[in-house]
Amino acid sequence: MQTEITATTESLWDGGRSPFLTGSKKFGMWLFIISDALTFSALLFTYTYCRVANPDWPTPFHFSPSIIFSSVMTFALLTSSLTMVMAVHAMNHEDRKAAGRWILATMAAGATFVGLHLTEWMNLINKEHVTPFSNDWGVPLFGATFFTITGLHMTHVIIGIIYLGIICQAVVRGKFKAEDVEVAGLYWHFVDLVWMFVFPLVYLMSAKI
Amino acid sequence: MSSHVEETVHHGPGVPVFAKVWVALLALTGIEVLLAYLQAPVLIMLTALLGLSIIKAVLIIAWFMHLKFERLSLFLTLFPMMIVVLLLFLMFLPDAYRIVGMRPPS
Repeated sequence: MQTEITATTESLWDGGRSPFLTGSKKFGMWLFIISDALTFSALLFTYTYCRVANPDWPTPFHFSPSIIFSSVMTFALLTSSLTMVMAVHAMNHEDRKAAGRWILATMAAGATFVGLHLTEWMNLINKEHVTPFSNDWGVPLFGATFFTITGLHMTHVIIGIIYLGIICQAVVRGKFKAEDVEVAGLYWHFVDLVWMFVFPLVYLMSAKI
Repeated sequence: MSSHVEETVHHGPGVPVFAKVWVALLALTGIEVLLAYLQAPVLIMLTALLGLSIIKAVLIIAWFMHLKFERLSLFLTLFPMMIVVLLLFLMFLPDAYRIVGMRPPS
């Protein structure tokens, strides 16, 4: 059951207990998401700035396997968002078992993403000799920005999997409300949302046929 | 000022809507990958990919993150500020072209 809060205030902007008619946990998560979105935006803007300012910017991502690989990663994340929204839907219908299963599916898709991403990193480090500090093309900014952005995003995914694990075991044991699953879902969708910008700007813009 | 909190059942959109949004997101991703395969010029690629990504972001925020079904006041409090900051970032982008122009001829 999702919590809908109604506050009796004279006007929406008068303040009171809940001017947004939303729970404090959800509102707190929204505030975190906005601040984190600005962090990722700054990093992606920095990447784009460096990309435009360097005509020698490397394009190390061969369509096969790198772009195909990262496309599968995108598919895994998008699918995990669908399973997450299904978990929230199940909780709204008070079906805790189904919610637990959908959260587990979300975690599995997230773990798949992390596994594929680490494989992609190893391929880049071992075969293309790209590190955060140097590469064969003499553009160290590429490795620095690439590993910072994708590393921070992967950290968010790993934290999300742990977060969902905690929520999942509590939901199955009858603890936590639908709002708690919804708040966890907000975080997970945000992680997916960030990848929707990282994938085209970092991978597709540096693709090589 | 008095206020009270009560719980009511609120189900929101159903499974078919979520499935449609997911299919749309996959389709837009497919278009992005196709653009990368066609190797369009950098600026055209950047504009097209950013445009498609913004559409995907709106789909995720509106339906998956449920913002479409929240109060307008929540959206107005969170998003205009963020959009203004993002636009302020763009003020620096022309400087990247200045650096390209400063490179000595090889």
